[in-house]
Amino acid sequence: MTSPGPALVDMTGVNKRFGSTLALRGVDLSISAGQCLGLVGRNGAGKSTVVSILSGLESPDSGTVRLAGELAPRVGDVNRWRKWIATVFQHSMVVPELSVAENVFLGGTDRFVSWREMRARTREVMRDWGYDIRADALCRDLTVEQLQIVEIARALARGARCVLLDEPTAALEREAVRRLFGRVRQLTSSGVAVLYISHHLEEVFEICDDVSVLRDGEMVLTAAAAHLRKEDLIAAMVGSAPVAASVASGTTARSDANAAAEPVLIVEHLSASSARGRLDGVSLQVGRGEVVGVTGLLGAGVVTLGRAIAGAEGHDGGQIRLHGQAIPAGRRAAAQRAGIGYIPEDRRTEGFVAHLGVAENATMAITDRLADRLGLLRPGRRAAAAAPVTAALSLVSSGPGQPVEELSGGNQQKVTVARTLAHNPGLIVAITPTRGVDVASKALLLDTLAGVARHDGAGVLLCSDELSDLVICDRVIVLVRGEIFTEFTEPPFDRDQLIVATEGLTSTGQGTAEEAAK
Amino acid sequence: MISNQAPDGPAGTVSTSGGAAVVPRSSQFVARVRGMNIGLLREVALLPVLVLLLVVGAIVSPAFLTVSNLAGIGQQISALGVVVVGESLILMIGGMDLSLESTFGLAPMVAAWLILPVSAYGSGAQISPYLGLLVLLAVGAAVGLVNGVLIVKGRLNGFIVTLGMTIVLAGLQNGIVKAQTLFNLPKAFGYLGAAYFGQVPVSFVVAAIIFALVGLFLRYHRTGRAIYAVGGNPAAARAAGIKVERIKIGVYVAGSMLAALGGLMEAGRVSAVTGQQGYGEGIIFSVFAAAVIGGVSLRGGRGNMIGAASGVILLGFVQDILDLANVSNYWIEAIDGAVILFALFLARIVGGESTAEEK
Repeated sequence: MTSPGPALVDMTGVNKRFGSTLALRGVDLSISAGQCLGLVGRNGAGKSTVVSILSGLESPDSGTVRLAGELAPRVGDVNRWRKWIATVFQHSMVVPELSVAENVFLGGTDRFVSWREMRARTREVMRDWGYDIRADALCRDLTVEQLQIVEIARALARGARCVLLDEPTAALEREAVRRLFGRVRQLTSSGVAVLYISHHLEEVFEICDDVSVLRDGEMVLTAAAAHLRKEDLIAAMVGSAPVAASVASGTTARSDANAAAEPVLIVEHLSASSARGRLDGVSLQVGRGEVVGVTGLLGAGVVTLGRAIAGAEGHDGGQIRLHGQAIPAGRRAAAQRAGIGYIPEDRRTEGFVAHLGVAENATMAITDRLADRLGLLRPGRRAAAAAPVTAALSLVSSGPGQPVEELSGGNQQKVTVARTLAHNPGLIVAITPTRGVDVASKALLLDTLAGVARHDGAGVLLCSDELSDLVICDRVIVLVRGEIFTEFTEPPFDRDQLIVATEGLTSTGQGTAEEAAK
Repeated sequence: MISNQAPDGPAGTVSTSGGAAVVPRSSQFVARVRGMNIGLLREVALLPVLVLLLVVGAIVSPAFLTVSNLAGIGQQISALGVVVVGESLILMIGGMDLSLESTFGLAPMVAAWLILPVSAYGSGAQISPYLGLLVLLAVGAAVGLVNGVLIVKGRLNGFIVTLGMTIVLAGLQNGIVKAQTLFNLPKAFGYLGAAYFGQVPVSFVVAAIIFALVGLFLRYHRTGRAIYAVGGNPAAARAAGIKVERIKIGVYVAGSMLAALGGLMEAGRVSAVTGQQGYGEGIIFSVFAAAVIGGVSLRGGRGNMIGAASGVILLGFVQDILDLANVSNYWIEAIDGAVILFALFLARIVGGESTAEEK
């Protein structure tokens, strides 16, 4: 290792359990003054838990955390934690209506606020580190990059000796990323320890001295970045068992002849700017009976693409056509009438109305069909219409009138899926349809979606960052930074290759830090 | 039977939200009976309070439990009740409308002004009273449309929009007649508020019919169900293909039209349209109080017409008992307000978790 001096932050044998899942298992991690340690791992590997523990937001179930050799303060003793470690979270923790100086000293310990001193010390920090931001500027006027600098300044003003950067480049432009790297080097050269958490492997190679890899809550690799190849990192992140591939061979394998014959959905040059990730000229087709997967990193535009096609949000340019009929932008009701079903990303916000019953939620999209000439709905008829769909999904409830809020997460998701299936859509847009459901429900939901395509001839667009969802797909499109990066057309899909592609890297064996699709 | 509210009981109680109708096929009869009981119990939660008030009223004055007094209460609360129906609908979609009280005054004022001759401070247009009724509803619809479009399409804050509208409308109400009171309303115009079927006020019958129709509409009509979906979770309603904006604007329009109709009843009852009617009297507090006491959630998505009606009747009883008890005029407002706060508290206790505000 290249790390000089004693460990500033030292985690040993840390275990952390959330409910039935073991988030961290015997994790060791240490960062020295002046070191930049990269922490990588796939979604759910335990990176966020490490961040929470090191930020003093969660306490480990067992194991120790030492800061400069001393036992870490207890969880919640925010001020003592921040003297050592400050975290720049993925989502800005800056209060937009306050000035830069106020944000830098947000949550300070002094009972009385000395505005003059606050501004003076903010200016001092900005000057010492060469940051060009006025202390009395309002944070709502700053760019994303400047907000990040405010957060770094906040850490430095408190004298923190270690800075945690959680996905710092997620919202940054390419040039801003380069400048961020400059600031990170500046920090480490003056003895600050940096923990750099990122999905983008090329960044890790560029900026980090050492790299640690988390997989399923275990620290599987820690080594100097200079001695690692990209393939080594990916192998460590993915592990040896190609789970997806083995399942895939059983369920897929169908001819894609009919797919080419009859496109259900045609998307041309779709562009959108959205908080969920922008899209830049995406074109694709989904055939009759075809399941097309779309995957990518967070913010790559996967969710935006699904939502735009379903009419759940608008788009700036391009065209969406279903069976040749143009679908107006951002009008969910019109898209549904045209035959686009929508399984939303987050069931709690868009999937159901919590205090209404199972049957009512499941039939919410077909009240026009169930109502009589006066528009009246007979609850019995509603229950009868919901019964076959909910039965097919093995939905467990005490009756059609049971409020959805009383159901388990898996059953709530089944209600959301039932609502979509009930109106026999020609195309189903499913966004992360198995998120947060148990294994059995997950298999059933995926089988159901595949079945709707195979037997009823619907097209399915499956937008998911869960690679294990993609086993039912005939093709998988990979988005990187809002553009189609590559497409996999031959199931079963190789898990490693998918991961490499989502990182924006071309096929393996080409050396490190290859440029993304630009 | 007009059950809309979700049950808050433990999982496993059969089909309470669906009232009698949503039942598993097997034990249909048993479940039907049980579902009805639970649904009914929840909805008549205020019944014990109303009975208690009847007893208190009877003790306070022998005149309370007489047909003529109860008929008087019926006539007095009808106008308020119709406005409460409108406000409840708006609250159910997660909105709010303070300006209903001004619409309550302005709509009959505009109509009467167009009907009456110049000598009676009218405009001199002297339109037919029946046309006047259409004008009244049109004024309501127009106000609701403006509110709805500003709030839903313009995405402005509903509280401020309708507060501003309240003042504007109240100003118009006084402005067009230069703060005069319009008397000598034609018979057809005053009929709804003044006439009796035997000993039963026509306004009471009409208000009861409106409560029943709106209750059934909410319970059984697809648009009624959509109102619950939109109020309960607008994003989910939108994802299910419901035209959320259209429903919301429609409800603002319907609510204001109901307020206009309530104003017509009030004008008929007092045989005049005054500058004070509505905003000047500050009826919006009673409107909100009745709806909330009746279990309509200010957060949207929850509430039903039986509850709202109970809230209106409760306020009517309280007002009448205070009148009969000869409470000093100096104190009547303080006591009125205190009783409403107490009733709200009581409704929260009786109504259980579903009437609780979020922690």
